[in-house]
Amino acid sequence: MHIMVVLRLVADLGGDIEIAHGGKDIDREWVDLKLNEFDDHALEEAIFLKEIVGAKVTAIMIDGDGVERSLQTALARGADEARRIAVDDTDGPISSRAMTPVVAAAAAELGADLVLTGVQSPEDIFGQLAPSLGAVLGWPQASAVSSVKPDDGSTITVQQEYSGGVSAAIRLPLPAVLGVQTASRPIRYVTGSKLRQAMAEEIPRIEATAAVAMPDVEIVELRVPDEAGGAVMLDGDADAIADEILRLLADRALLQVC
Amino acid sequence: MKDVLVYIELIEDGVRPSSREAVSAGREIASATGGSVIALIASGEPVGVPTLDGVDRIIHVTHPALGAYTAEAHAAVLADMIAKLDPAAVMLAYTTAGLDLASAVAVTASLPLVAYCTDVTVADGALTTTSQMYGGRLEAVVRAPLPVVVSIMPGAFPEAVTTGASPEIIVQDAPKSLDALRSVFVDEQRPARGSFDLSLAERIVCIGRGIGAADSIAVARELADALNAEIAGSRPVIDQGWLEKERQVGKSGRLVKPRLYIGLGVSGAPEHLEGMRSSDLIIAVNSDAAAPIFTVAHYAAVCDMFDLVPALIERLKAGTP
Repeated sequence: MHIMVVLRLVADLGGDIEIAHGGKDIDREWVDLKLNEFDDHALEEAIFLKEIVGAKVTAIMIDGDGVERSLQTALARGADEARRIAVDDTDGPISSRAMTPVVAAAAAELGADLVLTGVQSPEDIFGQLAPSLGAVLGWPQASAVSSVKPDDGSTITVQQEYSGGVSAAIRLPLPAVLGVQTASRPIRYVTGSKLRQAMAEEIPRIEATAAVAMPDVEIVELRVPDEAGGAVMLDGDADAIADEILRLLADRALLQVC
Repeated sequence: MKDVLVYIELIEDGVRPSSREAVSAGREIASATGGSVIALIASGEPVGVPTLDGVDRIIHVTHPALGAYTAEAHAAVLADMIAKLDPAAVMLAYTTAGLDLASAVAVTASLPLVAYCTDVTVADGALTTTSQMYGGRLEAVVRAPLPVVVSIMPGAFPEAVTTGASPEIIVQDAPKSLDALRSVFVDEQRPARGSFDLSLAERIVCIGRGIGAADSIAVARELADALNAEIAGSRPVIDQGWLEKERQVGKSGRLVKPRLYIGLGVSGAPEHLEGMRSSDLIIAVNSDAAAPIFTVAHYAAVCDMFDLVPALIERLKAGTP
C-alpha cells in the first residue's frame, strides 16, 4: 500500500489573526502558521497503518513558506518520502478546492493507492479537499474518518463518525481518498534527535503537472463576527469572578444537589 | 435555472433538523430567483415520504444501495439530479453527509461551492453568503455566481415552516451507477441503550484544549463533583485520550442541552458550539478574550482557569455563595 498524505499549513488559531489591509484576507506577513490539525491526524493515521501492516508513506505539500520544515518533521515522524509541489500560481493562498487538480495529479504520478488528508481546514470555505479529490480522481472517498483498517490488501474498512455518538463502518476498495478527523491513536511527537536528523534532509521539489483551478467565487470581505448578543463579561480577579458565578448559580437554584 | 435543490438527510425518526434549516435557507434563494424549492430524498426502501414543510416538490429516489448511507451512492444520486434539474442552487447542511457530498458534487458538476454559511442572499444573479472561517474567529462575505452549491451551518437558519400547500411527490428512477458501487456499508455503531448518555446531563463542566495536560483534569473533576455535574470535553481533549469518547460535546460527539454548561479553556470551534449552544446557562472561562465561545456564552470571564476553579471549589465546599 502506498499512502500519500496531503498536508497544509494554516493560520494558528491559538495565535493572533489580523485582517490584512484591503479586508479580504488575513495578514499573512505576521500570522503564525502551523500544520492543519486534521492533517496532523491524517499523517498519524498513515504512520500507524505503516506500523501495523507495512505501507509506504509519502507526505506532500504545495510549496511555500515553512513547507520544507513541515515535511522534514513528517519524515522524522515516520513518513518514508516527502515532496514539495511547485505551482506557478503563487499569488496568495491556494484554497483546498483550487489545489485539487494539482494534488490529484500528484497522487496519480506517485502511484498512491490511498490518499489521506484532514477532513477540513480553517480556510476551506470553497470546498473540502478529500471529497473534491475523490471526485477528480474518480475514487471512492469518506470524510470524518476516525480509524482505517486494512482488510485483505485490496480493501480497507473505515469508521465514519456521525453526530450523537453514532458511527458506521464502510468498506472501500483501493484506491480511495479519506478525510481524516481523528487518528486511531493520539498524535506522537518526535524526539529532538530524530528531528535534527530529518532537518538535514533536503525535500525534493517537483513541478505540478496540473494547473490550479478555481471556480468563479471570491471573498469580498473578511471581518470579525458581530459580538452583539454575546456574553455578559464577569470582571475582576479570580475571587471576584468566583463570587459572581456562585451568585448566578444560586439565583438559578443550580447549587442544590439534584 | 431558477429552482433550488435541497439534499434531505433521513435519520431514524424522520428528517435531520439541519436539513429542514437547509430548506429554509433554500427558500430565501428561491424567493429571489422566482423558482421552486425541490427536496431530494434518497432512501433504500420505497417508504412513506416524511412530512417536509417549506418545499414545493419532493423528488424521491429509492434503491437498495441508498438505505444505509455511503458517500458514493448518495453523491451519485445528487449529482444525477443536479444534471437533470440544472438548479440555481444546491443546498446541504454541514453534517458528515454534507461534508462528503457538497464538495464532491460541486466538482462533478463544475460548480462553485460556498461552505459554513450562516446567511444567504441573492441579488443580480449572484449569491452572497456569510461564511465562518478560522474556527469562527472571523467570517467571510463571499460572492458566487449562480448556479452554486451551498453548505449551511446547522443552527444558523430556522427550520422551514409550511407554505400551506402540500408538496407534490415525484418518484424518480435511481441512476444506473448505483448498480455498480464500490463502497459497502458494513454496520453501524450506536451508543448502547442504558449506557452513559451525556445528553441527559443537567449540569456539565466541559474542558477544552486550555486544560493543557491530562494531570490538570483532576481540578476540573473536583469542580464537577462539587457542582454535581458531569465532566465533558471538547474534541482535542477526547483526541488526546484524556476523557472517554462518550464525554465529547460537539458535532462528532453529543449534542447537549443542560441547565448549566461551564466551559473551561474551551475556545468554541463552530463544531463545538453546534453541540452546546442551546444550553440554558452557559458560563465560559478562557484566557483568550477572542475565544469564539464568548459569542454564545451568557456569562464569560477572561482569566486563568487554574486561578478561578480552585476559588469556585473553595466556595462550593464552604456551602455558601
